[in-house]
Amino acid sequence: MPLSSSTQAITPIAFQHRQSAHCESGVISSLLHHEGIPLSEAMVFGLSASLSFAYIPLVKINQLPLIAYRMVPRFILKGMKHQLRLPLRFETFRSSSDGRQRLDELLARGRPVGLQSSVFFLPYFPENMRFHFNAHNLIAYGREGNEYLISDPVFNSPTRCALADLQRARFVRGALAPKGLLYHLDGPVPKVDHVPLLRGAIKKNCFMMLHVPLPFVGCSGIRLLARRVLKLPAKKDLEYTRRFIGHIVRMQEEIGTGGAGFRFLYAAFLQECAVLLNNPRLQELSLELTAIGDEWREFALHAARMNKGRADLDLPLLHGLLKDLAEKETVFYKKLRKAV
Amino acid sequence: MRPDEVPQENAPVLGGVRKAVYVVDQNGHYLIAQSGGDEAEVTVTEEAVAWFGRLAEDARQRALRGETSPLEYHMFRLRMDVPTLAQATGLWRWRVRRHLTPQGFAHLSPALLERYAEALGLSVAQIQSLG
Repeated sequence: MPLSSSTQAITPIAFQHRQSAHCESGVISSLLHHEGIPLSEAMVFGLSASLSFAYIPLVKINQLPLIAYRMVPRFILKGMKHQLRLPLRFETFRSSSDGRQRLDELLARGRPVGLQSSVFFLPYFPENMRFHFNAHNLIAYGREGNEYLISDPVFNSPTRCALADLQRARFVRGALAPKGLLYHLDGPVPKVDHVPLLRGAIKKNCFMMLHVPLPFVGCSGIRLLARRVLKLPAKKDLEYTRRFIGHIVRMQEEIGTGGAGFRFLYAAFLQECAVLLNNPRLQELSLELTAIGDEWREFALHAARMNKGRADLDLPLLHGLLKDLAEKETVFYKKLRKAV
Repeated sequence: MRPDEVPQENAPVLGGVRKAVYVVDQNGHYLIAQSGGDEAEVTVTEEAVAWFGRLAEDARQRALRGETSPLEYHMFRLRMDVPTLAQATGLWRWRVRRHLTPQGFAHLSPALLERYAEALGLSVAQIQSLG
């Protein structure tokens, strides 16, 4: 590779940065806006039916079980590709130099490019937010010398990232390794009316929360977690117990969820649906989900105080709150299914 | 959550980042607000950071007494644990565990040292010292 090609600037395209709560929905929403399809983050999240709950004790992160409030990474991207028949092209690379070349090539063609990366190796993240999570999403829209111009949906303004750092972040090994994944809209985007798709998307999400026959997914997953909380070894291993309840809250509030583990985001989606489908019942249900979200936040506050040791450890209290949330969500999705 | 309830205290743990959160205004409409981090979120982040900090400090003390390798200290300092480091290097966990002991670490080949350095984003000289 001649030196000149790595130092020359790639003229940045006019790209409108948009801040969003969640990285994946934010990236695809921004890419669609760029193509003249103004779908909001909430719409993208709901349309791909990405709200979920999963408590998977067998998969461990720093010795703690996997707890997620949404579907697996890339579910939103794939869901949107399927729903809107998007020419969204995913590419991964064996060698990091191929990955870099392909990124430069696409940027030179004036395409904004979505990238999967690690959070830990992105220097523009504040020190204390950097953990080894490898399924972060961001957009590159140009390069100046050895710096890429980055639109990271978690931040409120566009930023920059040095070439070497971005390469490291794109090619880390480990769980959910990105393998340099990049994705872009390759070709003209078909005109698809998303309004008729909403009903199916909501039904699909209700099914996910109510009827998937696995005990650790959906509302039964919340119940399972509630039972687990009660059995935590508070006497034998206080540190683990505290970390466990802190972990529930981190997955719910810290990891870009827009508050209450995506419940507020989904409520915002239902509100948009109420207008688009002319269904006032959905507006009511949106507010009901907001109330459930507020309860999640209340749970988070109790749990966080116990995590820090500011409040006495009260596992039956957390158990009760979670069980209550599971019941309320079950009732809610049943109502939602009937409303569409 | 209402717009006037969005926490605005700039928690140092968030490093000045203002995250987008969804809030409801008095007419019941959703909008995006910028949050400076609320109590629950800030507390659990601080605790998660502190946990790695404690493990790293403990490993550093043991490394100074020669009971463990500097690699263990760097692993925890860079917020990894044995399974994460094993995945990041592509080695078996039992091998990583062995390499964390002073004897195992001393016998590491240059290629393996390079592999650990690469996974941790450090140089070989850095993982061999407690700097």
